[in-house]
Amino acid sequence: MTAVLTRRPGLARIRATGSPLHLLCLGLVAAVVLAALFAPLLVPYDPNAVDLGNALAGPSAAHPLGVDAAGRDTLSRLLLGARTSLLGPLGVVVFSTVAGIAVGTAAAWRGGWVDSVLSRSTELVFAFPGMLLAILIISVYGEGLLAPVIALAVAYLPYVSRLTRSLVLAERARPYVSAYQVQGHSAVQICLRHILPNIAPVVLAQSTINFGYALMDLAGLSFLGLGVPALTPDWGRMVFDGQTAIQHGYPLSAILPCAFMVLTVVAFNVVGERWADRVARRDR
Amino acid sequence: MNPTQPVPTLDIQGLKITLPGTARPVLDGVDLTVRAGETVALVGESGSGKSLTSRSALRLLPPGAVVEGAVRVGGEDVLAMDADRLCGVRAGSVAMVFQDPRAAVNPLRRIGDFLTESVTLTGATSRTDATARAVELLGAVGLDESVLRKYPGQVSGGMLQRVVIAAALMGDPVLLLADEPTTALDVTSQAEVIALLATLRERFGTGLLFVTHDLDLAAAISDRVHVMYAGRIVETGPAEDLFARPRHPYTAALLASTPRMEGPRGRLAAIEGQPPDLREPLHGCAFATRCPLATEVCDQRAPLPAAAPGRPEHRAACHHSDLLEGSAVDA
Amino acid sequence: MPENGPRNVLEVRGLRRAFGAVRAVDDVSFALPEAGSLGVVGESGSGKTTTARIVVGLERADEGEVLVRGRSRTGRGRTGGRAARLARAREVQMVFQDPYLSLDPRTGVEAALRETLRLHFPGRDHARRVRELLDQVGLGTRAADALPRQLSGGQRQRVAIARALAVEPAVLVLDEAVAALDVSVQAQILNLLADIREQTGIGYLFITHDLGVVRCVTDEIVVMRHGAVVEQGRTQEVLTAPGHPYTRLLLESVPRPGWDPQAIAAARRALQGVSAK
Repeated sequence: MTAVLTRRPGLARIRATGSPLHLLCLGLVAAVVLAALFAPLLVPYDPNAVDLGNALAGPSAAHPLGVDAAGRDTLSRLLLGARTSLLGPLGVVVFSTVAGIAVGTAAAWRGGWVDSVLSRSTELVFAFPGMLLAILIISVYGEGLLAPVIALAVAYLPYVSRLTRSLVLAERARPYVSAYQVQGHSAVQICLRHILPNIAPVVLAQSTINFGYALMDLAGLSFLGLGVPALTPDWGRMVFDGQTAIQHGYPLSAILPCAFMVLTVVAFNVVGERWADRVARRDR
Repeated sequence: MNPTQPVPTLDIQGLKITLPGTARPVLDGVDLTVRAGETVALVGESGSGKSLTSRSALRLLPPGAVVEGAVRVGGEDVLAMDADRLCGVRAGSVAMVFQDPRAAVNPLRRIGDFLTESVTLTGATSRTDATARAVELLGAVGLDESVLRKYPGQVSGGMLQRVVIAAALMGDPVLLLADEPTTALDVTSQAEVIALLATLRERFGTGLLFVTHDLDLAAAISDRVHVMYAGRIVETGPAEDLFARPRHPYTAALLASTPRMEGPRGRLAAIEGQPPDLREPLHGCAFATRCPLATEVCDQRAPLPAAAPGRPEHRAACHHSDLLEGSAVDA
Repeated sequence: MPENGPRNVLEVRGLRRAFGAVRAVDDVSFALPEAGSLGVVGESGSGKTTTARIVVGLERADEGEVLVRGRSRTGRGRTGGRAARLARAREVQMVFQDPYLSLDPRTGVEAALRETLRLHFPGRDHARRVRELLDQVGLGTRAADALPRQLSGGQRQRVAIARALAVEPAVLVLDEAVAALDVSVQAQILNLLADIREQTGIGYLFITHDLGVVRCVTDEIVVMRHGAVVEQGRTQEVLTAPGHPYTRLLLESVPRPGWDPQAIAAARRALQGVSAK
């Protein structure tokens, strides 16, 4: 029995067929993560320092990537924006993975009514679009990163829990699990020490893929002006702020964050897909 | 080719297969012949190369295999064939029965479709003709027409293996390769499948290569037995001779280590150690490290097959065959 | 000890288990004397594996009782905390058929043994016990660091036996434990099992379809068919003078020179015809 990872059709086609692409994407992921980590040390300017006299200037020695309509340095905003843009999806992935594994494992291991209740309720979440759920929660709780992250985590949870459930069911049927039961190990011990480490690579591969999708969803929300507070640098927010700049014929401050988002999502997907494929091949 | 003798159904000569990443060939100079209507058993433990030998008749080789020697089916070398001809051989003249019938049949399709698809797909036979043939063959394997409309899950393992055998006979093969066809079955259904194979061989004159790990089963059903060890055929001969007077210490040890219904109970004469690793090259006899008769010569020179005195059909590749003769192993 | 004379280390009384309309185990009773070896023989669907799983506690019985040293392990005592669970584990241990699937692929040999020892005997010298166990099953200390995939089928089965022995159980259930092994390796494991029984006085419940194996390693035998016991007795007697036609059929089905598969196939059909009515 093999588990099937959930991939959205469009991006699943971008496969890391050759290893140069994979290495490139791995490098890109590393670069984006490092940039986000060390952004405060790297930024040349305060990202919110408004210089209206210099608004919409093109690239120059002082501002290598130009400035936006409010005269803020694009490079600084991009670097600091990487923080929020990665932190949000990270929260979504961590929460949905931990909760999804817990729900999926409990459903598979206990079976019976526990399985029915958990599986039906996660399917209910499936039926409800994640973005809509997020918008709903934000409209109730107002601005802030936490609300959209929790909303999306709930929306992504079923992908993880469904995968975990099928993996645990398959793993549970293997005699080594019966052997541990006969030896007197408790169910919790068997799940934590033996089943989870064996299914972890597949689940984590799914989570890596989810990361890219969550990044896009969160950027979409901040583009709509939901979630991230107005002054916090964020890629989605930057695209929104850059709309007027495009109309004035200075597209750089809007296009760059777009490009970064696309590259990051593609890079995470390629790395995740490759990982998933390798795990699938190594498995039996 | 000798004009007085008919062309053998399967003729493997000096087959040597080397796989990437191994230090010695997985098959090393295998000679084997199956004549029309004859049952030949190929006996060995896992990793001995017995399945690979039988699969070579269909050129089903692992990727990256380097092959020397000849594998002739009805006089034609399978290894040298073009893809079209090979396809013809696979679809028609050679058929294969696998170990686990449940794994060999698509569980979502009716048995009738499974039986007829191979011949109707090539376009050689119409659907009605194919169904008529399927019914006839099901009769030959002791099943009735109603099975055609059933799904694989609705019949027992023994019945399904008979379906698989019937499917193998659909293309009128001259050679049937049976790779452990009864290992996944119960002992009583095993007898049924063996009985069936024997009848079919008489009725259709099909040559049968029977691959098994069970020496007793091999001896019970076949005309000749080949014993394989580490990619080489160590002993060949008529089943009775092999049992009563094994000329290779490995055959003798296998016989002694099989728990059986006669002879003394209690401790078995186990063969100590493990078969040689593929990652290490072999210099002399492959069995030397586990052999009670091994001397210096065994480590240095691989023995060549030699016939037993007075029994040209009974050949063994051992430097010390004559020491075994007379030391009657309980059989 | 409350009783004198030979005691039964394991006793199974009137076990029943149904899956839907199928009666997988139907009124099965047998007893295993202290340090004895009992074979349960049957084909697939005979209920022998379900019986074994009920005995070790992986499956529950609808009716009936399993007693180890006179104490019931089914029924009331089934639920309960950690102490009850560990006590049950020390009564019966099991070795599974497929050595490739019965070990966690990520746990090394020594780690697997230590894990069991930590659970059952905390605070003892585990390093010495691990060496003892590996020695007992004929594995060198070199195997201790290996992962299951680095070992051969025979070696893995030795690890599985060592792990079961680590618990120091009263009864060891061997569910087709040598069926997946090559003949020469199978003989090594059967000899090993015979030695262990001599040394430790552990009782064996041997679940198998192979009459040759049963004859070699058991004192008593239970023949099962369609969930019910059709014959039981001393192995030697049952195999030389079978009383039930099904036992006779099983015996005749074992391949040997001069074997007549046609006659067996006919006998099998005749027997099925009788039981179908």
